[in-house]
Amino acid sequence: MSESPSERISAEVVVKVSRLARLDVTPDEVQRITTQMAGMLEHFADIDALDLSDIEPMTQPYPLSNVFREDVVVTGLDREEVLANAPAAEDGRFRVPPIVGLDG
Amino acid sequence: MRQLLKTDVSEFRRLLDWTAEMTTHANIPTTAAAIADGVRSGALKAVDVLEAHLAQIAAREGDIHAFNLVTADEARAAAARVDVDVAAGRDPGVLAGVPIALKDNMCTRGIPTTCSSKILEGWRPPYDATVVQRLAAAGAVAIGKTNLDEFAMGSSTENSAFGVTFNPRDISRVSGGSSGGSAAAVAAGFSPISIGSDTGGSIRQPAALCGVVGVKPTYGTVSRYGLVAYASSLDQMGPFSTDVRDSALVLEAISGHDPMDSTSIPQAPLSLQHVLSQGVEGLRVGRITDMPSGADPDVTARLEAAFDALTAAGAKIVDVEMPSMKYALTAYYLIAPAEASSNLARYDGVRYGLRVNATDTNAMYSATRTAGFGEEVKRRIMLGTYALSAGYYDAYYGKALKVRRLISDDFARAYAKADVLLTPTSPIVAFPVGEKSDDPLAMYLCDIYTIPTNLAGHPAMSVPFGTGAHGLPVGVQILAPTLGEQVMFKVAASLERSMIAAGGAK
Repeated sequence: MSESPSERISAEVVVKVSRLARLDVTPDEVQRITTQMAGMLEHFADIDALDLSDIEPMTQPYPLSNVFREDVVVTGLDREEVLANAPAAEDGRFRVPPIVGLDG
Repeated sequence: MRQLLKTDVSEFRRLLDWTAEMTTHANIPTTAAAIADGVRSGALKAVDVLEAHLAQIAAREGDIHAFNLVTADEARAAAARVDVDVAAGRDPGVLAGVPIALKDNMCTRGIPTTCSSKILEGWRPPYDATVVQRLAAAGAVAIGKTNLDEFAMGSSTENSAFGVTFNPRDISRVSGGSSGGSAAAVAAGFSPISIGSDTGGSIRQPAALCGVVGVKPTYGTVSRYGLVAYASSLDQMGPFSTDVRDSALVLEAISGHDPMDSTSIPQAPLSLQHVLSQGVEGLRVGRITDMPSGADPDVTARLEAAFDALTAAGAKIVDVEMPSMKYALTAYYLIAPAEASSNLARYDGVRYGLRVNATDTNAMYSATRTAGFGEEVKRRIMLGTYALSAGYYDAYYGKALKVRRLISDDFARAYAKADVLLTPTSPIVAFPVGEKSDDPLAMYLCDIYTIPTNLAGHPAMSVPFGTGAHGLPVGVQILAPTLGEQVMFKVAASLERSMIAAGGAK
């Protein structure tokens, strides 16, 4: 990893990432975000030189595994109260636009 | 040392004058411990305590903007219930009648919880966070929801969709962040206690900048159930207070196992108040010899004064090395955005919050998220999505997790030699509003001393320790190993005593 900032991330990658993140970006924003992300990735290049081959990744600070509880029936959230927060609801369910859009 | 103490006295006189000016509650104690004692004994009425604090909010909130919402009606009802309990001879709880401000990323049933984001504006959670439930059960009176950097992403509370929170010590300056509203609420006398969340320093840094105590407990000590997630392996909630005892009191009330949080450590609540008088005789206080530089001289001067004060109190200063600490910022700004990009995927306009209508669901998701998220949140979602995406995962996220291990191992070696470590909390005192808002990296560097703790999951706290440039507060950070809250609080109490002995008051 020895790319210059401009090579670290391209406008094309920024557009692809924005699509993955479900964010719309204008062409102006693509330029600005590309520059900013390149600057950050350049700063983050300080770890590139580290030899990490034998290091175990650390995903959580306090290892607890297989956290179970007794299988007891408890009252869930109130359906009306939950649906009252929804932008659109119908017949006790969340209402959304068509899943398959006109532009595929 | 004598010269230092003399300086402390004049600094504290100034602080005292300021406190007298800021705190107008006639006959109402300023600490939670004293308020709870008064209310429990019947000497004070919870409703009077509340009205005094609401009056202070009415007088100063216009300049500070600590709150997104003040819940005066609900608070009056809660305070009245506490007074009824006392009159009826029922135990009103250890925080009876204590006004408490809650960061607006904690769920409060039926009361708007926005995370200072337009995407959640108007949302009323259908449940209370565990911390909110426990505070209420202890008799505390929630007075409102405090401002933050949107979704807790920031170090100045300038990233809020609802405006900046100004520092009560100098309203041209930031309050720090992301829990700036909670820090400012305590510093301005709006409530003796507030609750914040700390993912990379978001309790400790604003505490330092506003001149109050702020604690990030061990990961898993305080339940995260009902805390709106930013970075789940780093987030932890904790208190702000004007003195060390009050933070101990609150942590005792909110800590302890919660089956609703699968990362909650199965253990009893912390027991802290009894250690405060125990002193630091013989404790080993670590000085990190290879700590990343960059702290201003006025800040490092206060750190040196803190080492001197602890030496004078009988502690032993030992040198430790943290060779990987300099990589913490990189590891954090890859891991936290990666977790955020996943956590914030839930804001899709389907179940709650904003929806921007479109012809199909995919277009609706994008339109909603584009309109609802602010610039910094989008930046971190993009960065995190990138770090997790195919082709880049190993180079960025995977590497960052390994660096996290290196930092954790550094701490383990350091704590073999030292009981606690001492660093500055923030490299700088409160900076002018707008100074860093166009430079994300400069803002990220504000967290250089607080981030390593979150990566390791250890406890750390900031205690006010005099003033630096422009007479602004400086915080000293005490770091301790996993579940080392007791030794951490011993050291905090000792530093506080040394300031009081030097002529200040708490």
